[in-house]
Amino acid sequence: MGDIILEARGLTRDFLGFVAVNGVDLSVRAGTIHALIGPNGAGKTTCFNLLTKFLPPSKGSIHFNGRDITAMKPAAVARLGLVRSFQISAVFGHLSALENVRVALQRQRGGSYDFWRSERVLQQFDARAMQLLEDVGLADHAGTEAALLPYGRKRALEIATTLALEPKMLLLDEPTAGMAHEDVDRIVQLIRRVRVGRTILMVEHNLSVVEGLCDTITVLTRGRVLAQGDYATVSKNPEVIAAYLGSADA
Amino acid sequence: MFGFSRSQSIGFVIMLALIATSPFVLYPVFLMKVLCVALFACAFNLLIGYVGLMSFGHAAFYGMGGYLTAHAAKEWGLTPELSILVGGAVGAVLGLLFAWLAIRRQGLYFAMITLALAQMVYFFCLEAPFTGGENGIQQVPRGNLFGIIPLGSDMNMYWTVAGIFIIGFLLLHRVVYSPFGQVLKAIRENEPRAISLGYRTDDYKQIAFVLSATLAGIAGGTKALVFGIATLTDVNFTTSGDVVLITLLGGLGTIFGPVVGALVVVSMENYLAQFGSWVTVTQGAIFVVCVLLFRRGVIGELGGLLKLSL
Repeated sequence: MGDIILEARGLTRDFLGFVAVNGVDLSVRAGTIHALIGPNGAGKTTCFNLLTKFLPPSKGSIHFNGRDITAMKPAAVARLGLVRSFQISAVFGHLSALENVRVALQRQRGGSYDFWRSERVLQQFDARAMQLLEDVGLADHAGTEAALLPYGRKRALEIATTLALEPKMLLLDEPTAGMAHEDVDRIVQLIRRVRVGRTILMVEHNLSVVEGLCDTITVLTRGRVLAQGDYATVSKNPEVIAAYLGSADA
Repeated sequence: MFGFSRSQSIGFVIMLALIATSPFVLYPVFLMKVLCVALFACAFNLLIGYVGLMSFGHAAFYGMGGYLTAHAAKEWGLTPELSILVGGAVGAVLGLLFAWLAIRRQGLYFAMITLALAQMVYFFCLEAPFTGGENGIQQVPRGNLFGIIPLGSDMNMYWTVAGIFIIGFLLLHRVVYSPFGQVLKAIRENEPRAISLGYRTDDYKQIAFVLSATLAGIAGGTKALVFGIATLTDVNFTTSGDVVLITLLGGLGTIFGPVVGALVVVSMENYLAQFGSWVTVTQGAIFVVCVLLFRRGVIGELGGLLKLSL
């Protein structure tokens, strides 16, 4: 197990009196896949938004790779290598799959403010973009408008776009939500492949996905950490069974 | 050529041919108005069509560009090209200010802030001494281009306006099809995602807004020189509304759409003028038909039909 790459201390966020996330301590070790699970409304997505700075925390601190990122802007956090995905697939609908990936690649090259240059300079990224699309099985769809791709492939495109940034750490918000069975398997395979050399924190509802994939699991309920540990430990915890599995049956 | 796709090159050549031949058939002053309004609409389209920002205050840049160009030409005695650049500079400065105040808000709130700021500019123009209040700035001399070519004749003026329009059009086209433009389109499609990829999207929107306002100022300034007058009409919010109508009618997010929209709307204003307020009624009816039947606008639908990006 590596060192801690992402650490939150006493993370709290309230919305006009409603405390969505309440004093959460979270430590993610480098190189692991860490899952954040919990029933609906447990504060998982809010937690994600706090960690990636899409929401400012009311209290608490966040450190990434030894740096205090508590006061940073979301774009700055992304530049440090902490890149998130979204619950609803986030692709650029009217751009082709290739262009989607290129948008991420061109950011690293810089010069994206050059409004006087022809977009032909972006062709230098085509080879790398194709490679990334091949990695996620989308090579045949490079020219397809992203909006026209089926749902599972949109998620794959999203991962390819995220990987284009070569992030140190990925935050995946329900990567398999709303997917057909064979698509779920494909995404799980994909996550297994891309984890090499990276850290992944994911929100996931599908427990069978979590079981086979994640090294550490944090269970949230009502904005608090209920339990933490590997799947075997967490799934035996009676409180977790009551709070999470219980409500999943209901 | 200039990064045009094949279909766009053909469209561009057709447009150039029409610009070159039409003054021998139609009244040049009418055509100059079409070109000024077209440049204004193209500038507006950069925001609504490619960044997804709905500005409801573009009359401020267009109208103030007109006032300052007129003032520079009449009171400071600058040559026409410098006067027009003054108009563009005013557009840029106002655009910077507007964007700085409005860019952090989304959707309707953004539109309302731009509208409110534009109304403030309107009342400034109504009260400020140099604008001449209700009378506007009249009898603005067209002057000599570069101090040499007299623009008194409509044909000389026409070629100047055509030149300004083409340069503005090509510049906007380049912006849309640049690495910068690619990021703008990404912001239009999904701003949170663009942020999560590390783009400071506010900066991109700010730059796009200033570019758009600058060209709107240039368009307004050019129009003031053509007609020799700068009035309150061009800073009024109805002008902001017209440019929305023109862009939607022609096809938002297409490079030729605003030009076609400008041609249609200015022609209606011109040739239906004898029917008085029926112009507005007709415009309204056409707008409703457009929204109901061809939502992507004239060029948008045409492009969809031919499966081309125009």
